[in-house]
Amino acid sequence: MSAPILAVENLTLAFGGLNVLTDVGFAVQPGQIFAIIGPNGAGKTSIRNCIGGFYRPRQGRVLFEGQDISRVAPDRRAALGLARTFQNIALFRGMTVLDNIKLGRHAHLRTGLLPALAYWGPAKREELELRREVEETIIDFLEIEHIRNQPVASLAYGLQKRVELARALAMRPKVLLMDEPVAGMNSEETEDMARFILDIKEERDITIVMIEHDMHMIMDISDHVVVMNFGQKIADGTPEEVQHHPEVIKAYLGEPRPGPVPGQA
Amino acid sequence: MDILPQLIVSGLATGGVYALIALGFVLIYKATHIINFATGEFMMIGAYFCYTFMALAGVPVLPAFLLVMVCAAILGFLVERVILRHMLGQPVISIIMVTIGLSSILMGLAEIIWTSQFKNLPPMFPRAPLNLGVAVVRSNLAYGFLISMAAVGAFALIFKYAKAGVAMRATAGDQMAAFSMGINVKSMFSLAWALGGIAAALGGVIIGAIGGISPILGGVGLKIFPVVILGGLDSIGGAVLGGLIIGVLENLAGGYLDPFFGGGVKEVAPFVFMVLVLLFKPYGLFGKEEIERL
Repeated sequence: MSAPILAVENLTLAFGGLNVLTDVGFAVQPGQIFAIIGPNGAGKTSIRNCIGGFYRPRQGRVLFEGQDISRVAPDRRAALGLARTFQNIALFRGMTVLDNIKLGRHAHLRTGLLPALAYWGPAKREELELRREVEETIIDFLEIEHIRNQPVASLAYGLQKRVELARALAMRPKVLLMDEPVAGMNSEETEDMARFILDIKEERDITIVMIEHDMHMIMDISDHVVVMNFGQKIADGTPEEVQHHPEVIKAYLGEPRPGPVPGQA
Repeated sequence: MDILPQLIVSGLATGGVYALIALGFVLIYKATHIINFATGEFMMIGAYFCYTFMALAGVPVLPAFLLVMVCAAILGFLVERVILRHMLGQPVISIIMVTIGLSSILMGLAEIIWTSQFKNLPPMFPRAPLNLGVAVVRSNLAYGFLISMAAVGAFALIFKYAKAGVAMRATAGDQMAAFSMGINVKSMFSLAWALGGIAAALGGVIIGAIGGISPILGGVGLKIFPVVILGGLDSIGGAVLGGLIIGVLENLAGGYLDPFFGGGVKEVAPFVFMVLVLLFKPYGLFGKEEIERL
């Protein structure tokens, strides 16, 4: 095994007296599709916010490419190569699809604040370069050419999710954190998204960490699964290992029983 | 002579200046969700900066304007960095009280530095009034209007096309998402205050050029509330339209009603209108979610 690209160690988080995460640790290998699952309230979102930099854990560390980023501000983490999509779509609603996607490149544009106030010279060159890259690779890849100049607020849900993904890809991330990428989608949209996720991993060399409820998809496409319950990690392994884990079956079904388990229908 | 076109034209000109001041308010509100009750005092300080450079230091008009903008940006930046940054996450009412306190402090500082004596800005525009045929506009007002519209246009372009402007819009749209895009949200707050300071200060210079300056010049800033209530707190287009409407409205009310009431209608009309708007449209005429924000 190579060195993990993203790892959390002994993560502990509490709000007041309420323990949200207790001593959680796992390691994501480069090139994996890594899923974090668990019932509602299990602490998935808290883990994500610790990785993204919005919560500061009481104990423990977040390592990105071996570097401790626990105290790095969220926008700096983005610049390091950590992109994310949101559970409730967080697009900039008044802007067009293209503007939204281009914002993903914000962290990497080299011009400083003052030249960026203008729209000539290096700022303009960069802008044109960026536009070409975005048009040629990301928009084609996600099949959203036809909507690129529409305001995002007018788009269907599934498309908005795709635009959000495009925006995250424009950041050229090393690790993409996806928060419930297929929540609320119909089966066709879910299949599309699963296909995109696999393509992203294979063609773009991006490691994917996803939080998801859709068991079918997780069991189908992920390489490694961590299961959370009540703020603790209860299982960690391949999809096959995890779905036969007695703790997992108990967390999802209450009691162990014979018959099909989640994801095997 | 028919006074209607005259009233409308000079109302539009005044309204353009209101729009610029309102823009100073809107820029800050949009990015940071702080209601800056010190906007009027930012104006007043801007006017005094101009007075200092032009009347005391003898700087010519254009460099003086640039210097005023630089100083106003620094003032806005410092206010955000030194005071309001520490109020992040505090209740809205506390933040409002801080900006109200700030307005008193700025007023007091102005009295200490420049005394409370009424001052006139040196003449900065050609004297000849602008004759539009149907109406004649005083030169200060006409040039003030042109400067205001140029500034509003520049701000709108920055917001729409410049990288920093786009980042500011993103910050206004969703702070968490902006963070995740690698946007330094805090520096966007600083930038919003700097730009808001510039807009208010330019407005102050123009108002000061028209009517002279004193530490209570900021009182004119109160008129931005009818303007932004009308236009929506976070819409640049709304601020412009609201400014023009309020400018015309107060002029018409002054021209037609003042003779019956013995004066004063001009001053209260915008606020009566604001109360009426709030009664029937609590989010302002343009303050709807569906409206596309600039």
